[in-house]
Amino acid sequence: MAHYTPPVQSKLGQIIDVIVLVTLTVGALFVPLWLGMAGAAKTVASPVENPTWEALGQNAVQAAQYEALGYTPESAHDLILARFDYSFTTGALIVMIVVIVAYYALMLKFSEAEYREVISEKFSKK
Amino acid sequence: MAQTDITSSERDGMGPHGTKVGLLRVLGPAHVWALGVGIVLVGEYMGWNFAVGKGGAYAALMACWFAGILYSCVAMIDSEVTSTVAAAGGQYTQAKHIVGPLMAFNVGLYLVFAYTMLEAANAITAGYLVSVVATMTGYGGALDQRPFIILVIMFLAWLNYRGVLATLTFNLVITAIAFTAIIVLFLSTSGIIGDGIMQHAALFEGHEKPYGWIGVVAAMHFGLWFYLGIEGTTQAAEEVRSPARALPFGTLAGIMTLLIAATLTWYICSGVLPWEFLGDGVNGSVAPLFDTARLSGSNALIWFLGIGTLFATLASANGCINDASRAWFALGRDKYLPAWFGAVHPQYRTPYRSIVFLVPIALIFALGAPLDQVITFSILSGLLGYTFMPLNILMFRKKWPMGTIKRGYEHPFHPVPAIVLLCLCAFTFFAVFLGYGTQLVAMIGFYIIVSLWFHFWRYRFVNRGAQFTMPWPKPQGY
Repeated sequence: MAHYTPPVQSKLGQIIDVIVLVTLTVGALFVPLWLGMAGAAKTVASPVENPTWEALGQNAVQAAQYEALGYTPESAHDLILARFDYSFTTGALIVMIVVIVAYYALMLKFSEAEYREVISEKFSKK
Repeated sequence: MAQTDITSSERDGMGPHGTKVGLLRVLGPAHVWALGVGIVLVGEYMGWNFAVGKGGAYAALMACWFAGILYSCVAMIDSEVTSTVAAAGGQYTQAKHIVGPLMAFNVGLYLVFAYTMLEAANAITAGYLVSVVATMTGYGGALDQRPFIILVIMFLAWLNYRGVLATLTFNLVITAIAFTAIIVLFLSTSGIIGDGIMQHAALFEGHEKPYGWIGVVAAMHFGLWFYLGIEGTTQAAEEVRSPARALPFGTLAGIMTLLIAATLTWYICSGVLPWEFLGDGVNGSVAPLFDTARLSGSNALIWFLGIGTLFATLASANGCINDASRAWFALGRDKYLPAWFGAVHPQYRTPYRSIVFLVPIALIFALGAPLDQVITFSILSGLLGYTFMPLNILMFRKKWPMGTIKRGYEHPFHPVPAIVLLCLCAFTFFAVFLGYGTQLVAMIGFYIIVSLWFHFWRYRFVNRGAQFTMPWPKPQGY
């Protein structure tokens, strides 16, 4: 393979590349947060009016530990009753699997093409 | 075919790229242990308890052990490859030599983001701890945690800027103290010394598996937090005196230490704190070992665990800055990123530009995102990296079969660890999907976009053959 000589990147180009990467990074975390799609919010499905430790499903030992931590049945209500919702659709699961597999397939395919160039240049006779 | 010994200690200095000023080879196995355990031990002090929230206490224990198996596979595979690819950048450099440039670019980003997010999570916890101490010592108002978060990140970045030996010696000391604090808390609360306060049966009653078996699966998501970062030992490859000896020894000793610490932590906390409180790391127990000490009634334990928590967060953030900057530096040195980042400080011989550049990135996340989201971002980057490892070792053994190059360490039972690791990664992807599916897709979407950006734009600035810096023979099949 002929020796590849990369172009010299301007300082402005280097700065733009870094800005692009940082913007994408920050966006990957914050866009789901800003759109309110950052899952995992726990909800209280069945609130208890005038809660007691018994009504919250706590035995004497559990209630004593909550009190030692400074909680009352009222202040511990949401903490104790909030639950994740693990229901999901088959479609969502398939989308996730396809996205992950496609990602690795894409990466391995492009990597292999680039790797062959590297090996070819590295081990070709000068 | 003749063997090429690239693990000899005589191959010293900044070899791979022939630069005149290189990273300094000053570290031994204890520093490698401190780097690995130091980064991870904070996972016992905070964050792991989200696993309790996702599935209950028993689910968290199962997640702890399954994640332990996953990381044992990671440590075995990593030890073999790293003891052979002894260069800064760790898994990034491995990927560059074994899989290809795009994979390497992605792995480099996994490392940078996993560690930078972990650093941000540490700073958040340190800020929280300072506010709790302020309240306990009589401060009446709500303490603004932000100055302390900024101070932690800036101070540790400065320490890293000044030199790796001082940085990791500092880590060695504070990691040992943090680990001792867990042992002392276990001995003091389990009944071995004095009266025990463990009440597992009563606290679990009626809440054994609050989400059923799906909760056990879901808990695996945060089960990774018990050990996340142990693979960071490989980042020191270019700064250890004897890579072939120090890296496997330090890494494997590290994972054994963590398996013990993780199990003890689960036992201590789940035996004292109700699971709903323990499992909510935002509104409930931000620092579970510290909260357990608070219920012990011993002021000495409260202070010791408070110091232990602070030291664990500092040690972890310190190691994270070390690792993230090495990965970013390696990307710059190869021009995967602007070459400006590939500079070494002429006096301190540290990757100073990378260290400084990552400070504001860490601050953005530490000051702007909730703890569980930051942790999830870190875990996802780590998980993508663990999925790469089995592919990496399978290709490594295929391209350079045993006997073609000298390995500092050969992991046993190949390919069983690789297959087990791949299966556990798939399992964990599903666990993350349960509750955090949006972040998962957003994260992978991010990596797909940057991969296309790299392949079609950035890669034109990269030398081709010069990327392959190991003195290995040509890989088989090429």
